[in-house]
Order: sequence, then structure tokens, then C-alpha cells
Amino acid sequence: MCGTVADGPRQDSMKIESAVVRSLAKTAFSTPSWRRDFPILIESGSIYLDNAATTQKPQAVIDAEAEFYVRCNANVHRGVHKLSLRATEAYEGARAKAQRFINAARSEEVVFVRGATEAINLVAQSYARPLLKSGDEIIISAMEHHSNIVPWQLVCEQTGAVLKIVPIDDAGEFDFDAYDRLFSDRTRLVAVTHLSNALGSVVPVKRVVDSAHARSVPVLIDGAQAISHLRVDVRLLDCDFYAFSGHKVFGPTGIGVLYGKAALLEAMPPYQVGGDMIRSVTFEKTEYNKIPHKFEAGTPNIAGAVGLGAALDYVSSIGIEAIVAHERKLLTYATQALAGVPGVRIIGTAREKASILSFTLDDVHPHDVGTILDHYGVAIRTGHHCAMPVMQRYGIDGTARASFALYNTWEEVASLVAGIHKIREMFYS
Amino acid sequence: MRYLRWLYQGVILDHCKRPRNRHVLADANRKAEGHGALCGDGVIVYLKIENEVIRDATFEGRGCAIAIASSSLMTEALKNKTITEAAHFLESFHHVVMDSVAASCPELGELEALAGVREFPARVECAMLPWQTLNIALKDDFPPLISMEPIAAKVDNNQ
Repeated sequence: MCGTVADGPRQDSMKIESAVVRSLAKTAFSTPSWRRDFPILIESGSIYLDNAATTQKPQAVIDAEAEFYVRCNANVHRGVHKLSLRATEAYEGARAKAQRFINAARSEEVVFVRGATEAINLVAQSYARPLLKSGDEIIISAMEHHSNIVPWQLVCEQTGAVLKIVPIDDAGEFDFDAYDRLFSDRTRLVAVTHLSNALGSVVPVKRVVDSAHARSVPVLIDGAQAISHLRVDVRLLDCDFYAFSGHKVFGPTGIGVLYGKAALLEAMPPYQVGGDMIRSVTFEKTEYNKIPHKFEAGTPNIAGAVGLGAALDYVSSIGIEAIVAHERKLLTYATQALAGVPGVRIIGTAREKASILSFTLDDVHPHDVGTILDHYGVAIRTGHHCAMPVMQRYGIDGTARASFALYNTWEEVASLVAGIHKIREMFYS
Repeated sequence: MRYLRWLYQGVILDHCKRPRNRHVLADANRKAEGHGALCGDGVIVYLKIENEVIRDATFEGRGCAIAIASSSLMTEALKNKTITEAAHFLESFHHVVMDSVAASCPELGELEALAGVREFPARVECAMLPWQTLNIALKDDFPPLISMEPIAAKVDNNQ
């Protein structure tokens, strides 16, 4: 399945670059040194621009997981033997790394989950469901991923609560006036994305939190996209919950984090029940363990957590500011280059954007764009991006989406643009 | 690269840009709707069947070049085929796009252009979408040529 890529685009791309690409290329920046940390980019030869779906893994993460199985593997929080203690130390060490990465006050505020989806479901079922009465309201935005819509729809069905939607404007900006008007004395929770996966809009979440807190309403932030592209400081944001997935920040799949303020987590009933989350069990009564273990029933994804810890260390070693600066240049270059191609319409033109460039090409279905680009060795995502309401907002079925990460280069962006020119030749001739 | 050219060749691009039979068939007596699980694209296939023979076939819908070309070519090919012939035709098409070994099937005519899709596993669903919808329409238990008006009315309501 990892076959060689068909005839590469490199030679072709040089010939068909538009003037705007050429002029931008003069201001080209060098390939980041950290690109060579990602073996798959070298092995596959693929131009990977599908980072919003999942990111590639640096050698340090691959090694950390392997090392765990070679040196430490045992169950956690149970045994008195050496390996179990080592495994527990590695697992809790990863929790401490996650705590530092998002600047949480305490490591118990970091709950390991499978990913952002599970984190949001956990909050919907353990925080919101016991609290909600019929007629209560939850506010989300019009640019949420399905995983920050459907858990709230389910809890609304279960409780009779109502979902309120903050609109976005044509550029994909969060409408703060409408947001402020949506609050009522029945508003119980706000759940908003930090970075839109379909549009690339950065939501000013600090302002979202401040408005909600002024009305004593707690806020969950879906950080699935933001975590590898923006600085996340949960104490600065003062958000009540923050959810992210490990695999979108260069870590393994199947591991993620729910950050929650300790007082809230302590008051919440468990989400799943079983081993490791109890203090004592008799057939008459069970006492739950303290946070975060109360929310981590069963044997967790220990190696995954260790891999995530290594990934967060990796990002910190480069520094989020350096990543932001690099990706901003890539996104600006890509946006200007694509905007200059006739027939291209960029979907999502918010003032503050990161990583994501969604677009349509007149009279060409995004799937055809994706298939043809793939044959030029360029991997992008096409379709509705699990954000169908966003597509409906723009009156389209889907988009082609290029999403950049810290290891992408301007040459890769040039190949994307060259590929779009090829598609035009094919379809418009 | 040759596979890409094979897939996006003249016949397919022509039928994608100028699809044939893309309209509601007012006197249809069979109709089925199909949706692509991956893309969410949808197609409606209309058939007018008389005495076990497909007198007319049309489609409506939005989709990628492969799905639209496949729908267009399919509706062209179906006209004046018996239901049994159409079912057999569907099977031949299915083989041509699914089988890993390239099997030539001259009876498919222009539809063979879609054989290239077998090199693109993620896109086979697109090519098969109208055919799976046809399959439902053929199995439809509506007795032909009875209660035409309600069916036509139902078609209109769904626009």
C-alpha cells in the first residue's frame, strides 16, 4: 500500500508556475531543519498536506513508544513490581508533560482519553447531562466539527435542552454580537472550536470565555486543530474544559486529553466505570477514585500517553512561536498563490487564520481535485471535513483542503499550485 | 500517470461536462435514490419500463466527474435493454471496475472508459453509485405502467 508515487510533479511544476508563484518563490524560506525528524516524509516521498486530518510522527515519538514496550511495559497503578512502577512513572510523567504543555495548574486536571471526540462526549455526558433541565441552552458556533455538535445534540435529546448556534460571517469570522445576544438565563454551557478545521479561522477564544464567564457560564474549547498550531494556555484562557487529540500534535492515535478545572471534574460523576477508577467496591456501594483516575476506567493507552508526552516535548523543543511563524509564511504564500489561479475560490478568509486552506475549483468536484493531486504526489483532504453545516453555510457540497504543519515547505506548496494548474488544463481545455 | 490519463480521458470528461439524460423523467414508472457514503453525493435514477423493456432512462444529481460520467453513460446504454439484459450489464460493469485483473468487455462500449477507476480504489464507489441506484430501481416492485401519475407526482415532490 506504500507503493511508489506515480510520475512526480517536480519537473512539471517548474514549468507551469504562474507569475505570482514565481515572485513569491523569490522570497522563499529555507526548508525547516526539523523536517528530517519525520521518517515517513523521506520514505514515502509524499507531499503531505493533510495535517488537519492527522499529523506525521517524528522519530522521537516512534522511539518513545517502542522504548516503553522494550523497557517499561506493565500495567499502571497496580503492581508493586519494578516494571509496573516504571510504567506508572512513564504514564504519569506523560500527564505532567501535558499539564506543562497547556499550562494547567495541576496534573490531576489532565484526563487521558482516546481523543478530542471522547473528551467532548465525556463533558456532555458527565458534566452537562446531570445539570441540564428541559429548556436549558447550550451555545456552539456554526463552524464546529461534527464532534463538537453531535454530543450536544444527543445530550439535548436526553434532557430537553436546546442548542443555540453562533453564526459566522462570509469570511468565517465568529459573530460576537450575535454571540452576546444568544445568552439567556437558561444558558448552561458554551462549546466552541479554537481553530476551525474546515475554514482555518482562529476563534478569539479568550473573548468567548470572558463573555461567558461574565454570565457565570462555563466554556469548553475544542482544541483538536489548534493544539499543534497555536499556543494553548488554559490558565490564561481561563477556559473550563479544553479537549485535544494526540495524533493531531505529532503523537500516536488513540490518545488525547481532556483538561478540566479540578473543581468541575471533582463534582462530575464518572463517564465510564470499571477498574482503576474506584477507591473501594462492595456489592452495596462503590467509592470512586479521585481525579483524574475517576475518568480513566480500565487499562489506559499507556504507550500512547508516553508517545504523546514525547510529541509534546518535541513541539516544545522547537517552540510554538517558531512553528507559528513558519506556518504563517506557508499559509500566506499558499493563499496568495492559489487566489491567483482562475476558478479557485478560497473558503474561509478570516483575518486570523492558521494552517488550513480550503478552496473550491469552478466546475471541478473536490474528489476529482483530490484524486488528480494525489497522482502528482500531493495528499490533501476533500469533502465536507466532518463539518457539513459549514458547507451548507457556503452553499457547497465540499471543498479541497490543504493543511500545513511545521515540516511543510514552500516547494510543497508550489507543487500544490502546479497540480491545480494541471487540473485546470485537464478540465477546462 | 498513465492511469490518471486513463481515468480522466476524453469520454469521461465529455460526459462530465455535457451529461446526457440529466433530467427528471416525467413518465417514469421506476425511480430510486442513491447516496455515496464517502462523499455524500447523491443520484436519482428514473426508468420508464414497458413490457420488461427500458424505454427511457434518466438521472439527476450532483457529484464528481466519475459519478456524473458513469450516470450519463449508463442511462445512454440502458435504453431499449430488457430488465434481464440491464441486470447482466450491471454485472459486467461491476466486474470491469472491481476486478484487479484487467478484463476487457467490448459489450460495454464507451462505458469501458470507466475501467480505469479500478486503479483508484477510493473512487470505485463514485463509478458504482448510479449502478447501485439502478439495481434498486430494477428491483422496485412497482408494477410497470400502473398508477403512473402518483409516481410522477412523487417525483416532483422530491425536487
